[in-house]
Amino acid sequence: MSAVVIKCEGLGKNYHRGAVQQSALLRDHLSRMMRSPLSLFRRPKDETFWALKDVSLEVREGEVVGLIGRNGAGKTTLLKILARITRPTTGGAEIRGRVGSLLEVGTGFHPELTGRENTYFSGAILGMSKREITRKFDEIVAFAELEKFIDTPVKHYSSGMYVRLAFAVAAHLEPEILFVDEVLAVGDAPFQKKCLGKMSEATSMGRTVLFVSHNMNAIEQLCRRVILLQSGVVNIDSSDVRSVVTKYMSGAAGERQPSVWVNYSDTFQNQYFRPIRMAIVDDSGKDLEMPVRNDDDVWVEIKGEVMTADPALTIGYAIFDERGKLLYWTYQTDQPQVDWPIIKPGIIQLKSRFPTRMLNEGKFRLEFLASLHFRTWLLEPGAGSPHIVLSIQGGLSDSPYWMAKRPGILAPVIRWQVSGEKDRFRAPG
Amino acid sequence: MVSVTTRPPDGSGIAKVVPETMALPLPAASAIVRIEPSRGWLDLRLHEVWQYHELLYFFVWRNVKIRYKQTVIGIAWVILQPIMTMGVFTLFFGRLAKLPSDGLPYPVFYFAALVPWTYFSTALQNCTSVIVSNQHVITKVYFPRLVLPLSAVVSGLVDFAIGFVILLLVTAIYGIKPTLAALWLPLLLLLAMLTALGVGLWMSALNALYRDVNYVVPFIIQCWMFASPVAYPSSLVPQRWRWLYGLNPMAGVIDGFRWALTGHGVAPGPLMLASTVAVVVVLFGGLLFFQRMEGTVADRV
Repeated sequence: MSAVVIKCEGLGKNYHRGAVQQSALLRDHLSRMMRSPLSLFRRPKDETFWALKDVSLEVREGEVVGLIGRNGAGKTTLLKILARITRPTTGGAEIRGRVGSLLEVGTGFHPELTGRENTYFSGAILGMSKREITRKFDEIVAFAELEKFIDTPVKHYSSGMYVRLAFAVAAHLEPEILFVDEVLAVGDAPFQKKCLGKMSEATSMGRTVLFVSHNMNAIEQLCRRVILLQSGVVNIDSSDVRSVVTKYMSGAAGERQPSVWVNYSDTFQNQYFRPIRMAIVDDSGKDLEMPVRNDDDVWVEIKGEVMTADPALTIGYAIFDERGKLLYWTYQTDQPQVDWPIIKPGIIQLKSRFPTRMLNEGKFRLEFLASLHFRTWLLEPGAGSPHIVLSIQGGLSDSPYWMAKRPGILAPVIRWQVSGEKDRFRAPG
Repeated sequence: MVSVTTRPPDGSGIAKVVPETMALPLPAASAIVRIEPSRGWLDLRLHEVWQYHELLYFFVWRNVKIRYKQTVIGIAWVILQPIMTMGVFTLFFGRLAKLPSDGLPYPVFYFAALVPWTYFSTALQNCTSVIVSNQHVITKVYFPRLVLPLSAVVSGLVDFAIGFVILLLVTAIYGIKPTLAALWLPLLLLLAMLTALGVGLWMSALNALYRDVNYVVPFIIQCWMFASPVAYPSSLVPQRWRWLYGLNPMAGVIDGFRWALTGHGVAPGPLMLASTVAVVVVLFGGLLFFQRMEGTVADRV
């Protein structure tokens, strides 16, 4: 059993809301003191706000823990306390090991300094010694791909360059415990992938990571344990990351989120096909926010890289309902062979229209399928395959008698007519 | 059906060995850091500041670099400012008001005071604002916050060094030679540093709590300048108030500078001892106050 490296006991943090609202000016404070000297000792009662209440947990060496929750749940506060940026009001914690905190991109950067100077300072403030920074300097610059610009002032950098350098510095920290807060929300997709790759490297080297994020994809892919905070209290603490994330996402009904899966890690590797992205999109390819309406024009878009163009390569998705019941599989090879989309080596992007008004309202899980027909699964449904959630609400029917959800997994709008009449409606082909 | 997942070979292929002996400004691997609410007043944790001494150096280096990159005139301003002030003083206090100058030529008299005084006033001003102006760093990373006021006080030494060289030039031009008492100079400088730090710690912590403190400090510095023998010799002060006047550590520092470099003026006397004690008390109080506020300054800033 590995050692406990983080131990929290009854951590609590309150903020005196009154103190923040009251003037942050000394002269006001002094004049108030003059007028009513006793007010100094009276603490306004309803003005305290507990960001964290009695949080106790233990993290062992090498664990990668995701910390999720709504905004204001206390995740960042907990991280700040553990990173010693602020002190708790009650309780205590013990940390064993060197801590690196990645709470923002570009800690300590100053626009007037060059990339080189900023690298040194940022590295130093994040905890590296001068010798260490010098030793890793070339690596950092190479990771950021900024060899030509390292000696120009950072104020001339594009935002992408800035982020790359900032992350390159942070990525080369070698702490025993790493605290990461939403840092991955910046940068473009290939860069984010690089960052996460570096993070996975960190975790595979036995580092303990505490990761706060709203990016459920990243949480699912990187974390082996997840803690859900709600209003300053630990709600769930479990190693069944998938179900906690699903539960959290279904509870976060108020937040409209796109339904996207992006491959951040190096799993799902094989020599034929590597999945890159899967998303629910509209006709033009733009990500759609969940929930969608049943009569919306909804497409499933899959992006991947074909390494070997085997004719037996089939790609598609499987769809399950909320209870896990399989509805159907679909592949790009289901249609007549003349209509099969051509698969060549390289990056491919396939899309298929989702049948409108077929499924009922609710949440469905679409899992990425890929296989070599009759030979082997590359991405098998139900075996950890990447998935996204399709959430349908509304748009059931134009009929005044059908406004609310009915029972049943499917909810097609079936046409009726009087027998004996000629077929009034052509069935959709 | 068989599930196939294969991992590609690791691209780098180079084993990374992390030597145990890397000097890192953070606790060793097995050290346990205890996090808890602030307790007590006597929690100075100075050893921690020592652990972070490399970071202190980095802050100073960065401050100096930024300063010199931002002004077009750069180094020239460091030289110009005290020279221009000296010029103004010479004209108004010297020629027009005809204040005494301990027998020294006016430029020497004023410049010898302005070099340590400028150091003190900029150190104090920077110390006051350092926490707030570094709020973006304080809210993201841990390091003992004491490093910041220390860096403000140390950064000023670079400007001081340049000013001091000019001062030596000026005294040489007027044919004045430093006395053996010049050996006292480092101690006098140290006293100025500790005064700036002592008062600066109080101001810095208060400024993080109440933002208007920053505006009060220039006024305090102005008054303080007139309470110090910068524009006039301390011999101007009536004998019976000399003891009160002497409690001002900068009075001792400036008199000491003049005397050490030129042999003229008032030699530091027993009053220096009293002012040193005052400085130590203020410094100690400032440290306690600052360290007490340190834990929650990230919330207020």
